Amino acid sequence: MGPVPHHPALCADLSPMGRGVIRGAAVPSYGRLTMVESTVPETSADEAGLAVRLRGVTKIYDSGVAALGPLDLDVNRGEFVSLLGPSGCGKSTALRLIAGLSTPSAGTVELSPRGTARRGSHPIGFVFQEPTLMPWATVRDNVRLPLKLAHTSGSDAEGRIDQALAQVGLAEFATAYPRELSGGMKMRVSLARALVTDPDILLMDEPFAALDEITRFRLNNDLLSLWRNLHKTVIFVTHSVFESVYLSERVIVMTARPGRIGTEFRITSAEPRGEEFRTSAEYAAFCREVSNALAPSYAGRAGA
Amino acid sequence: MKSLQDLVRVLLPGVVFAAGLVLWELIVRLYDIQPYVLPSPLLVIKTLVSDWPILSQSLGVTLLTTLEGFVAAAVGGVALALLFNQSKWLEYSLFPYAIILQVTPVIAIAPLLLIYLQQQTAVIVCAWIVAFFPVLSNTTLGLNSVDRNLAGLFQLYGASKLQTLLFLKLPAALPYILGGLRIAGGLSLIGAVVAEIAAGSAGAGSGLAFRIAESGYRLNIPRMFAALLLLSLAGIVIYGVLALISYLLLRRWHESALGKES
Repeated sequence: MGPVPHHPALCADLSPMGRGVIRGAAVPSYGRLTMVESTVPETSADEAGLAVRLRGVTKIYDSGVAALGPLDLDVNRGEFVSLLGPSGCGKSTALRLIAGLSTPSAGTVELSPRGTARRGSHPIGFVFQEPTLMPWATVRDNVRLPLKLAHTSGSDAEGRIDQALAQVGLAEFATAYPRELSGGMKMRVSLARALVTDPDILLMDEPFAALDEITRFRLNNDLLSLWRNLHKTVIFVTHSVFESVYLSERVIVMTARPGRIGTEFRITSAEPRGEEFRTSAEYAAFCREVSNALAPSYAGRAGA
Repeated sequence: MKSLQDLVRVLLPGVVFAAGLVLWELIVRLYDIQPYVLPSPLLVIKTLVSDWPILSQSLGVTLLTTLEGFVAAAVGGVALALLFNQSKWLEYSLFPYAIILQVTPVIAIAPLLLIYLQQQTAVIVCAWIVAFFPVLSNTTLGLNSVDRNLAGLFQLYGASKLQTLLFLKLPAALPYILGGLRIAGGLSLIGAVVAEIAAGSAGAGSGLAFRIAESGYRLNIPRMFAALLLLSLAGIVIYGVLALISYLLLRRWHESALGKES
């Protein structure tokens, strides 16, 4: 498979149904995605083994506020990367740009997910800060949504839903409505919905920020084991030093608005990580280093 | 404790109602008030029974008009809101006229409608004019209240406009639409009554409002009260049915239909 510039119509090439054409027509604004020729690298992201490559990406809102960049970012296939930064630094904006939910003001966003021709597959899974579930639909119907939108149904689809629910440990709650679930369980449904299309790239926007600590720790561990077993590329946005160090192979500390990459840390520790890691001296040392790198982003802020 | 409070809540209005009727009956008897001035409650009930053939026929006519106006308002209101949601230009062009139709008193429009339209059509149009606006404005509000991130998710998965409408916007707007319909039910009865009074025709096709006007001219006050009682009951039943439908559709998921405990 050749390079896939970030263009949903091209992402949809992965589906055998030629939906890309329909999609491109339905959302014409994607056609205007800026390609700055000079910044297109000579080797493609695919050849370089990258899942995501951002070059010179900036986002300036209509109000004139520069939210992000210029940002260069490489994410390897199968890597777990955290974007860490103060609120308002543009880390969520970066995630939305990678997902195609927003278009960059300049620069290129290149995605090169591992190809799959399976029906109903989608290269990207997105988990928001809120569970973002449809309150009128059962857990099962919420997880079914991405498949339904791709016109995939039947026993194959039902099997995938069962599998996704089992992966997050919610098989017994398939017929419940979101309001009947706790905050952590809702987040699990949201994760199952992202996993049901078997995405190569999982984008997570502060998914556990609103949860209590015990639930967050448990979901951290479950996410790590999912990542190990499913070999996904994960880009995880968070404002928690401790969470980013615990989860990631690489922590990218972003500067205050407009967000750029400040310092990068490789978190090297014995795998698999578990609760022992959370209380180890090694973990504490990593957290101290990352915190120090983050401190300048908060300098000059009221209350910092 | 809670069930006792519930019981009191149901009983109190009933007690007040009964006491009011008894007082009314007593005053009419004590002061020997003539039926053409103020009929006693018992006489109203008697008239309701004795005039039932005429009154029931009129009730049927009024209810049919109300139903037709309500259906037209529901379909028209939701359809207009969907059109407005698809095209901002259409919304900007037409919404002011929807407001003008709403704020102009329908009793002033009714005589004009009767000149240009056939009577039966005019009556339904009247009911529609009064009732469609709450459906339109509530549906518009509902369609615009869709969760931004859910909309983003639909975009991410390449949902078509139709899929977004059917699986996201309409379900999200449903509680608002049902709220609009509950208001529209009562309003279409008002529209039907206003139009009947303005039309003022006699014969087999006359509704309850016409019976009230007619009985007034003939000083048949007990029948006026009986017809009024029927109209009032019709309004209560319409509201009750719509509230029940709304509850049944929303009880599994929407806050409005859930008890405090859950």
